[in-house]
Amino acid sequence: MAEAIGFATPDDLGRRVARSRHSDTRKGLLLLAPALVLLFIAFIVPLGYIFRLSIYDPIVPDGLPRVVQALEHWSGSGAPDEETFRALAEDLSDARKANTVGLIANRLNVEYPGLRSTVMRTVRRLGQTPPVDNFTAFFVKADPNWGAQSTWQAINQLRHSVNANYYLAAVDLRRDASGSMELAPEENRIYTTLFVRTFLIAFSVTSFCILLGYPVAYLIATSSKLVASVSIMLVLLPFWTSLLVRTTGWIVLLQSQGVLNDLFVYLGIISDENRVRMIYNLAGTLIAMTHILLPFFILPLYSVMVSISPVYMRAAQSLGAHRFYAFWKVYFPNTLPGLGSGALLVFILAVGYYITPALVGGQSGQMISNLIAFHMQSSLNWGLAAALGVILLAVVLILYGVYNRYSGANRLMN
Amino acid sequence: MHSFNVEYAWSMLFRVICGAILMFLIAPIFIIVPLSFNSEPYFTFTSGMLHFRPEAYSIRWYEAFVSDAGWRVAVRNSFFVGGLSTLLATALGTLAALGLNRPLPMRSFILSLLLAPMIVPIVVLAAGTYFVFAKVGLVDSYVGLVLAHATLGLPFVVVTVLATLSNFDQGLVKAALICGAHPTMVFRRVTLPLIAPGVLSGAALAFVTSFDEAVITLFLSPSPEYYTVPRKMWSGLREQISPTILAVATTWIVLSLMLMILVGVLRRQSARATGNR
Repeated sequence: MAEAIGFATPDDLGRRVARSRHSDTRKGLLLLAPALVLLFIAFIVPLGYIFRLSIYDPIVPDGLPRVVQALEHWSGSGAPDEETFRALAEDLSDARKANTVGLIANRLNVEYPGLRSTVMRTVRRLGQTPPVDNFTAFFVKADPNWGAQSTWQAINQLRHSVNANYYLAAVDLRRDASGSMELAPEENRIYTTLFVRTFLIAFSVTSFCILLGYPVAYLIATSSKLVASVSIMLVLLPFWTSLLVRTTGWIVLLQSQGVLNDLFVYLGIISDENRVRMIYNLAGTLIAMTHILLPFFILPLYSVMVSISPVYMRAAQSLGAHRFYAFWKVYFPNTLPGLGSGALLVFILAVGYYITPALVGGQSGQMISNLIAFHMQSSLNWGLAAALGVILLAVVLILYGVYNRYSGANRLMN
Repeated sequence: MHSFNVEYAWSMLFRVICGAILMFLIAPIFIIVPLSFNSEPYFTFTSGMLHFRPEAYSIRWYEAFVSDAGWRVAVRNSFFVGGLSTLLATALGTLAALGLNRPLPMRSFILSLLLAPMIVPIVVLAAGTYFVFAKVGLVDSYVGLVLAHATLGLPFVVVTVLATLSNFDQGLVKAALICGAHPTMVFRRVTLPLIAPGVLSGAALAFVTSFDEAVITLFLSPSPEYYTVPRKMWSGLREQISPTILAVATTWIVLSLMLMILVGVLRRQSARATGNR
């Protein structure tokens, strides 16, 4: 710094300024490096792993390499030739030695329910019989599934270690007997139904937040100091209180033996036998999520509202506009940026919600995150869970991109 | 006169509606506090409580909370993991905010990357973290929990420190440099004291984030030895719900209230220090 002060020709000065700015940038990147390293380890790599899990599917090509090769000559209709069945016998006996039969059977079963027992039974039979001369006959006798075209289609679909099968399953698409794509029958469209429900819940929660949040933000922005600071305390307290604590509070209030139902019974609004179900269903999810996300809507909207000069409203009114007309034509349009960014933030957060639906959602209040957790932890269908997760993540990131363009990421908290 | 009355009625109606909404916001929090002193194992008010009979109230659930070894482990873990992850997030987040305050290529991209942990669906991140950390032995470990929680707390520190820096008069740094102070000296004696309130409120937010985190902990801590309080509350709410959870919740409300007040005071101080009133 010290040598920068001194005599310099204009040319020289320009170079020095450029150099100093360059070193500023380098220092900036150095300061950022540790945070980026942490983000890489505990954020980017984990999300990348989920992406890999959703498309990398090597069980069949690794476990049945000869079958995969033999299937290249398969016409696609009926059962394949004797050569393929011989390959299957060799692959399966290798798999039995390598202890990977269960893995292969599970993977095939996900693609085509029922194949797990087919594989297991066949392998058991294969271990007991002396050398076979007609493999086709042997397999079809062991389990008629081996003679079916759909079995081989399932195997054929998994021949590449990188494939999109989990994504197809995640949007309820499957291949029919001829190998072309079709939507699953309506009653089996679990995932699309759940995606739609997730968006509907997020949309409803966002609407409730707008309805409930707008008046409160307006109250805080326009009231006397005392009312405003008490109100803002009441908005901030839930914001700082643990999500689990607030969910506990809702369970206490809403359950059938809870405070509200007791109050209704006491007041004679309902009878003791007809207590209202307000929790462990969709209503529970909607109430608790609106409550949890409301401060995220109020706070950014409030910060926009306080920056609107009261002079505008006074000017409109002194020019003869009715109070409501002035509000609608002058004040409200000025709050739209805050309303939009608050609503988008609430929607983004709501779409990925997990804890609240899991605790108070019952059956009808479950969201896509809950199903992802189920497939990760219970059904152990990781590939499908990962594909669902990547789709959800993509939706959220696109909305986040819109949000950033619209209001700037650094507004996220203020 | 007529128009005055109508307007008055409207503004009263507006206030009543707002009051109801504010009630909605705090009711589930405040309801927990009296119920945690219930002497019966119920989650609702007994008639004794409504008549303010002293024997209807007790601190038995607090005793149950304090004497339960599982809860004690969870409280200790929460403070330990919360403290360490806050330190990490605050240090890295403050440095990152200082870096972002300089001319950078792709600055807005880097910023949105740093803030992304706030908005990413937590289940997806938790599952990914589980798989990756399992490969390097970080499942059921404090290191794994601290790293994951610090990542979630980082955005809060970055945002608050950046906001403080935007009110910060860079002329002060230049003045100190011109007076011959070494850059480290300038940082320690000029920059840091002025941005300290922002750093501390960022730290408080990072602490609350860790203190409230349940999903990542759910995946990363299968064994109760590494449970945090929210993780244990999760089990309590899903499996056997006992009124002890109300005592825990009340304790947690008091702690968050204290942190909230602390941050309020810090914000005011920060506004005074940077002359932004």
